[in-house]
Amino acid sequence: MNTEILGIIAMFGVTLLLAIPLGKYIAKVYAGERTFLDPVFNPIERLFYKVSGINPDNEMNWKQHLVALLTINLLWFLMSMGILMNMGSLPLNPDGNPSQSADLAFNTTISFLVNCNLQHYSGETGISYLGQIWLMFLQFVTAGVGMAAAVVVFKAFREKSTTQLGNFYNYFLKSCTRILLPISLVLAAIFVFEGMPMTFDGKDTITNLQGDTVQVSRGPVAAFVPIKHVGTNGGGFFGANGAHPLENPSYLTNMVEMFGQFIIPMAMVFAFGFFIRRRKFAWMMYGVMTVGFLLLAIPNINMEMNGNPAITQMGIDNSLGAMEGKEIRLGAAASGFWSIVTTVISTGSINSMHDSSMPLSGMNELLAMMINAFYGGAGAGILNFLIFIILAVFISGLMVGRTPEFMGKKIEAREMKIAMIIALAHPFLILVGTALAAALPQYTSATLANPGFHGFSEMLYEYTSSAANNGSGFEGLGDNTVFWNISTGIVLLLGRFLPIIGPVAIAGLLAEKKFIPESAGTLKTDTSTFGLMVFAVIAIIAALAFFPALALGPIAEYFSLY
Amino acid sequence: MNNNKNKLFEPALMNEALKQSFIKLHPAKMFRNPVMFMVWIGTLVMAAVCVWIAFGEQSQGSFAYNLIVTVILFATLLFANFAEAIAEARGKAQADSLRKTREETPARLENGETISSSQLKKGDVFICEAGDIIPSDGEIIEGLATIDESAITGESAPVIREAGGDKSSVTGGTKVLSDKIKVCVTTEAGESFLDKMIALVEGASRQKTPNEIALTILLSGFTLVFIIVVVTLKPFADYAQTPITIAAFISLFVCLIPTTIGGLLSAIGIAGMDRALRANVITKSGKAVETAGDVDVLLLDKTGTITIGNRKATKFYPVNGVDEKHFLKSVVLSSMADETPEGKSIIELAGVNPLSYQIQNPRFIKFTAETRSSGIDYDTIKIRKGASDAIKNLVEKAGNHFPSETEEQVKSISSNGGTPLVVAENEKVLGVIELQDIIKPGIQERFERLRKMGIKTVMVTGDNPLTAKYIAEKAGVDDFIAEAKPEDKMNYIRNEQSQGRLVAMMGDGTNDAPALAQADVGVAMNSGTQAAKEAGNMVDLDNDPTKLIEVVEIGKQLLMTRGTLTTFSIANDVAKYFAIVPALFIASIPALQGLNIMNLHSPESAILSAIIFNAIVIPMLIPLALKGVAYKPIGASALLRRNLFIYGLGGIIVPFVGIKLIDLLVSVFI
Repeated sequence: MNTEILGIIAMFGVTLLLAIPLGKYIAKVYAGERTFLDPVFNPIERLFYKVSGINPDNEMNWKQHLVALLTINLLWFLMSMGILMNMGSLPLNPDGNPSQSADLAFNTTISFLVNCNLQHYSGETGISYLGQIWLMFLQFVTAGVGMAAAVVVFKAFREKSTTQLGNFYNYFLKSCTRILLPISLVLAAIFVFEGMPMTFDGKDTITNLQGDTVQVSRGPVAAFVPIKHVGTNGGGFFGANGAHPLENPSYLTNMVEMFGQFIIPMAMVFAFGFFIRRRKFAWMMYGVMTVGFLLLAIPNINMEMNGNPAITQMGIDNSLGAMEGKEIRLGAAASGFWSIVTTVISTGSINSMHDSSMPLSGMNELLAMMINAFYGGAGAGILNFLIFIILAVFISGLMVGRTPEFMGKKIEAREMKIAMIIALAHPFLILVGTALAAALPQYTSATLANPGFHGFSEMLYEYTSSAANNGSGFEGLGDNTVFWNISTGIVLLLGRFLPIIGPVAIAGLLAEKKFIPESAGTLKTDTSTFGLMVFAVIAIIAALAFFPALALGPIAEYFSLY
Repeated sequence: MNNNKNKLFEPALMNEALKQSFIKLHPAKMFRNPVMFMVWIGTLVMAAVCVWIAFGEQSQGSFAYNLIVTVILFATLLFANFAEAIAEARGKAQADSLRKTREETPARLENGETISSSQLKKGDVFICEAGDIIPSDGEIIEGLATIDESAITGESAPVIREAGGDKSSVTGGTKVLSDKIKVCVTTEAGESFLDKMIALVEGASRQKTPNEIALTILLSGFTLVFIIVVVTLKPFADYAQTPITIAAFISLFVCLIPTTIGGLLSAIGIAGMDRALRANVITKSGKAVETAGDVDVLLLDKTGTITIGNRKATKFYPVNGVDEKHFLKSVVLSSMADETPEGKSIIELAGVNPLSYQIQNPRFIKFTAETRSSGIDYDTIKIRKGASDAIKNLVEKAGNHFPSETEEQVKSISSNGGTPLVVAENEKVLGVIELQDIIKPGIQERFERLRKMGIKTVMVTGDNPLTAKYIAEKAGVDDFIAEAKPEDKMNYIRNEQSQGRLVAMMGDGTNDAPALAQADVGVAMNSGTQAAKEAGNMVDLDNDPTKLIEVVEIGKQLLMTRGTLTTFSIANDVAKYFAIVPALFIASIPALQGLNIMNLHSPESAILSAIIFNAIVIPMLIPLALKGVAYKPIGASALLRRNLFIYGLGGIIVPFVGIKLIDLLVSVFI
């Protein structure tokens, strides 16, 4: 078999093997059980609690969790606006980069705050090192917030009947210190050895082979890149993101960066299983996610490796695959694979230009974000998946002749209402956003890199990426305008916090209900049959909501090309 | 009363239902059903478009095409209304046939005055004699009578009702066969359970059940998604410079929203209550039927449910040394005056006519709660038969020895589920009679079926634990309450409920009322007391304790029918997309012909085929909605696989075939 493909399979296998023990470790961390890292982190955390005056044993109900979560985010928002709008005159700016305008700072702040990292600036010229470090901080804490929200849900299903769902700050801090930080440190060490820059010096100057002098941007890249992936953030240090040679120097870093994206979302699935003591259920979730992931990834690898028929017609050798917009050191297979990894997992880092993907590859990238629950972001993925589970439980519960119940809790009108609002919010944000952009050509037509179907795909991609908190772009779009900054900023906010509030509320409401023991008539949710049902619900909702839009974008482009 | 059991569409009902289909077009009624209300708005918009074209508008396609679309949408509405109307008409007809029996009968009051039954008020007292039809539901306050309840229950054997106790309730419309009773009216005219049920079916007081509300939320959500999809499609199409007609937008929208389940939803709910009524069970709310499908624990009385009414004598065991013939004679004589079924079965087993024995001065001793024995005295001989401890008491009091052999006999009969009766002559033990419960044939299979549904069965009996255990094992119930007192039932129910289980029980006595009220599904027997009937949420007209099992299946069927038709409805959308989306864009984007995988004739025929399919699928599914999806106790996962295969996969494939066929037909005309 092709070594390019073997490399992908090996990377995927290693991730799975490591995700299971990591999941067990994560479950222990959140359950407050002893782990081998206790001696290191106990004193650090105690210091945090002492300084902040927070009592980590203070139990909260689901509403208090949400209040804590939203408050802390508001604080970060204000701090972020302050730093980004003034960093030009603050320290750690050897290249003398300017402060951001208000609308760009708003977009940047929001997009980093919501774990999305839709960047409407370029790292080389648009931000100082202080700004980069601040963004790196946000990359840690927002991933921690997503994970903490997921743990509230975990906790709600672990207990039979309770309103006490643990302490938000405890979950949040542990996510950052005990999970994200150690993994990021290991990755950073690998990256430094592979040649990633780690310095506070300004631009370097080199003389290239042609004898020209070139200014090369650098900075604390090796510190930034690990959490960019481990926290499923995806915001690049440089404008070209993972396609930049200093941000992704080698085939090894390419694979390690993909591992970094995969590991937390996968491990969280297993952690869920360990935490609620239903490992089979975790495998059901993992199975559905993996089947969905592979159904998107395999065609993409195939299409990218097969090349573009239009290029072949021009008589150009296309045997390396569709190489437009790809890095030769990474290749078509790894790029095609990455394009789905980064879109299913809401990372949004790229190692090739998605704008140049084959039409249906582009569609799969869009679909991955439209579904946004195959693995998904750190913590956020499980929350999204929960909504689909609730819908599947409801329909399949009826089909077996029982009032639907999940984990021993009856699903009733209130939960359905929340689940439906969240399920609706995603297509609403994407379709209405795109419709606005299409209806207001005075703001958008000049920013599109391509006319016709592909231009439509660029707009659709921008809003899909925002609503899914992904952050990747169909990079043809000239997106640093007031229109794009503000409209995507709003979509980002709603796309982040609604899918956190909804599932936490559902879990909180379910936790308060009476626990119903399982009987032979109860529909088991840890079976492949139920997995199939969940998959069908996901596929049908995504297909039904987005089919007309996709038909006018990538599908029309595909039929025009072939 | 079972005259229309097998016919789904009686001509008389059809007419009524057709009329109702139009009446139900009233916006206030349509508004109750959000999905169909959107179709209603769509139809109005299309009608306006037709008028617009008639006044010369050119951009919206031909007048005929738009008119056809309008008519098909209108038909969709009528079909949905018809489904609800036919379900209502059937339920009403069923209830009417029950009600007919109790219309306008004269009622003789205490003071001799005769008034019409409809004038009776709660608290009135009337008198009925042999031959009278009882004018209203009520409670006997004086007297005893045999009553023919066949008009209600279909059971021809007369029953005895008497004042006091648990058999004091009479039903309006039944006939007194003998004796005279004084009855106090317990319900106001028009407020009987049957009246309440009819009101439920007719929709006047029908409220959506919690599950129906949750499902409506899901369906409204799907409707909203498609509002977003269709509205945003307009700027998308403008961007792609593809003009789309209003007819195409509305058609796409109506096809995508879940009209199939939306149109059938209320019919399914009514049909559920109707099926209960057909099983002769009156439900006080739609929720009760739904809850029955969720029941986890079933409390069943032993007598009548698990065993055939009464115990029967199966064997005689004379004590060593007692002549068998003598024992037989004593047994027969002691049971001569025993009118209980047990007593009769003893004589039956003995096979001797008691009158063949010549005895002097017989005096029959009746059973009392103190002596716990009965018997006969003649000459100098005293024969007693009774419970072993009662006889033992008697024997030992007289200074005689209670044989250990008998002691053992008694124990072994008990542990085999039998009831031992010890017979003594002049305070000396003669032997033991074994009475056995006869377990109803086929009951084991029914319990097995319940177990597969995940329902725990609990037998309630007054028997001692040993006997109860034996019968429980033999009949295959999961648990039992022996020597049950009313409060035991109550405690059992509370305990199960505190663990989150739903409990159903059946009862008849006033004693049962608290437990019936406590149970999630309480089925009161029609023969039971008024208190019991008020406490429960269903009334079984047949007084058949096994009815609970049917009720559970009706509840499950109700939920399943909703679930499967929802799945079918949503799965249909895949094919409809492949019909309509290419039709929308092909004119301006010929490349999208590739999506026309059904190879439909033209954009117009594709759209028409899709909405025609969407409309006719509703009446085609009415029979399924009314009969309900068959429930098979094969375990939840297997059931889900089965229904997912039939209604999910079927829901994807059927419309592809259907739309293609309709297109072939439509293309002949276009």
